[in-house]
Amino acid sequence: MAVSDRPTAGAVPAIATELGPWLSRYGTLAALALLILFNLAVTRNFATWQTLNINLTQVATIVIVAVGMTLVIASGGIDLSVGSLMAIAAALAPLIFLNRIVTFPSLYLGVAIAFVVPVLLAGLFGLFNGWLITRYRVQPIVGTLILFIAGRGIAQSFTDSNQVIFSTPEFQFIGLGRFFGIPVQVIIMVVIVVLAAWVLRRTVFGKQILAIGGNEAAARLSGVRVDRIKQLVYAISGLCSGIAGLIVIARNSAADSNLVGLGVELDAIAAVAVGGTLLTGGRASVFATLIGALIIQLVRFTLLANGVPDAAALVVKAGLIILAVWLQRRVAT
Amino acid sequence: MIEHVPLLAMEGIDKQFSGVPALVGASLSIDPGEVHALVGQNGAGKSTLIKILTGAYRKDAGMISFTGKSVEFTSPEAAQRGGISTIYQEINLIPFRSVTENIFLGRALKRYGLLNWSKMNEEAEALLRRFDVKIDVRQPLFAYNTAIQQMVSIARAVSFQAKLVIMDEPTSSLADHEVEVLNGVIRQLRGDGFSVVFVSHKLDELYAVCDRVTVMRDGRSVATARMADISKLELVATMLGRDLQTVKREGQTAFHGAGHASDRTLIVAEGLRVGTRVKDASLSVRAGEIAGLAGLLGSGRTEVARLIFGADQPDAGTITFDGKPVAFRQPIDAIAMGVGFCSEDRKVEGIVPDMSVRENLTLAILPRLARSGIIDEARQSEIVDDFVAKLGIKTTGPEQKIRELSGGNQQKVLLARWLCMNPKLLILDEPTRGIDVGGKADIQALIRALADSGLGVLMISSELEEVIEGSDRVFVLRDGRTVAELPRSAVSELAVMTAMAQGEATADGRVG
Repeated sequence: MAVSDRPTAGAVPAIATELGPWLSRYGTLAALALLILFNLAVTRNFATWQTLNINLTQVATIVIVAVGMTLVIASGGIDLSVGSLMAIAAALAPLIFLNRIVTFPSLYLGVAIAFVVPVLLAGLFGLFNGWLITRYRVQPIVGTLILFIAGRGIAQSFTDSNQVIFSTPEFQFIGLGRFFGIPVQVIIMVVIVVLAAWVLRRTVFGKQILAIGGNEAAARLSGVRVDRIKQLVYAISGLCSGIAGLIVIARNSAADSNLVGLGVELDAIAAVAVGGTLLTGGRASVFATLIGALIIQLVRFTLLANGVPDAAALVVKAGLIILAVWLQRRVAT
Repeated sequence: MIEHVPLLAMEGIDKQFSGVPALVGASLSIDPGEVHALVGQNGAGKSTLIKILTGAYRKDAGMISFTGKSVEFTSPEAAQRGGISTIYQEINLIPFRSVTENIFLGRALKRYGLLNWSKMNEEAEALLRRFDVKIDVRQPLFAYNTAIQQMVSIARAVSFQAKLVIMDEPTSSLADHEVEVLNGVIRQLRGDGFSVVFVSHKLDELYAVCDRVTVMRDGRSVATARMADISKLELVATMLGRDLQTVKREGQTAFHGAGHASDRTLIVAEGLRVGTRVKDASLSVRAGEIAGLAGLLGSGRTEVARLIFGADQPDAGTITFDGKPVAFRQPIDAIAMGVGFCSEDRKVEGIVPDMSVRENLTLAILPRLARSGIIDEARQSEIVDDFVAKLGIKTTGPEQKIRELSGGNQQKVLLARWLCMNPKLLILDEPTRGIDVGGKADIQALIRALADSGLGVLMISSELEEVIEGSDRVFVLRDGRTVAELPRSAVSELAVMTAMAQGEATADGRVG
């Protein structure tokens, strides 16, 4: 018989049934452990405070964006606009604390407002994504594509496409500062990860996100306000992007609206996928996303530290995603 | 009897899905130039039989002969080339392409290797003119209404030199006057020598256009008759598997369990209308009673339930809950008033498969279990343990994924999802579908006990005995209209079937 009308159930090797659940639960953790062990053996000066800080600083903004992305994906959606929203927050903040819009009586007030307003603006744009998706039933990938394109234009219009250079330590502590030797951005990352994990696990909101991603019709019939929850999720993704955007410019002492957050949406999605969260929604773990991002970062670091060019690192990153998806499929069947 | 060769003969068709028989020796015979109705309840095997005929599925056993030759189509395209075209319920054309393109899709006319548009447009117009449809064939298909789109489907089928056209519930989304037009087209097709297989649940339509009918039940073809020789009541009885003579002799069935319906009316729905599915539905449920909602497939039962629950909005009609007029904008409004709804399809609208028994059971009550949005997990566990024990839900523990449970236990979890809210009214759409015998009895007893304790239950079921034995009152829907309200004393198989078939039942349950 050439064609079968149903997928064959017996095609999965027996080993998947025993190894599968273990791999899906601890596979990414094991991979991270292996990477660390490999580096301890091979890479020189790996076990230093400095190496740890370099890796964590480089991964922090991606993790922060990926946390928002995890919530969006858990609800069954996707958010392509995160990079552009980063750029919007990044372009606006220096205009505020450099007194280019209004002159503030004190620098601290300007800096405080430069933290709050750009992040809220990014959140509002996220809310717009959610509104578009729920009100007009636009597919998330298309709905967020709109701001993916327009958002960067908006950011560029803030600065007339010019790079804004500054040196304002009061603002830049979020990218350069340290607290007991730990970079401030790493602390922000950890706080966001822990908070989001707690929300998903312990709150009504978190459970409703997962219910929507798992079965939207059932969730609606069970009294979940599907539209409102989805709007909130996209708003949170926008807030996370805004925070990440500020960290990037604080680190660089410059805001370049053409470059901030460029391609971050795919890095964030990759972190979610490598972490093992299904892109179809309904299941999600923020810690898994963190580990996924760490694996990608560490692989890149390992290759660079051992003299493999960055271009090759990209191919390895793609390989990791394929591996993660392959593992997911084996477990799903 | 005159010896004649049928256009299509399917005999002894068997088909199993993962060991579950869907067809058992099913047969179907269509004469040239006849319109043949194919009817049966949900799961009777109609669509499986059609999919085997059109090559979407492969049969396990049996033979098919078409125009005198033995055939086995390997795909719907092959069947189409062989002369069998199917028109599905959801029109499967390409909305953004022109009418002409849709008609000629896959077999475009060419001249010198280029598409010959003028010829195609001309032919498309000519084809449609046969059915009295005069439209601009250059316009995209979506510019026209459903009825016209259906005509385009038919024109496409005819242009493929089809000998047999299968229509799968073609009227389900048509307005009444559009149905008339379609009937005219079907008669015309018959006049031109085409044969038509007509799948529908609307009895009046079958009698209006069909010559013969084949009734399927439990994967078998249980009867074939000329429409003129079978009454609507006989037809319904055959679909439901009842022997009319026995039913008439026995009269009313015995009731099991007693109703304690109070005088307090919980909900009254009057004159509900939505789309083409619900035209004029009215019903009421009292506290402490099970009100049954009966009707053939496609009569609008589920749609009515969704209107009452606020999952859809009615075009017209009123709903009164606890004496006050209400308009539920979304399910949560109904839930806030104490209404619960177990939907028909557990998998599609009920369970969240990847969530645990605990999370599924408390999905609706979750906001009430929380302080400032944080779930009180101690109370949550208490409720879950309580209902798992009370309803006898068989699970390895509250953290087990619900998709690993049997159908009966999944249904118990979904019942518990509502029961833990202490509802006043529970709407149950096919509460025992796809559940084994033991689980079924459990759930039926549970529903009875709940009603006895004061809950109002609206129960939709396509199983006649469930409605009749379980209900204190029965409303019968036919073609989107409430055609009968039978009080307990008048509920009988005969009365319910008569109402389903003919749209009327005398109050004492006797016919004529």
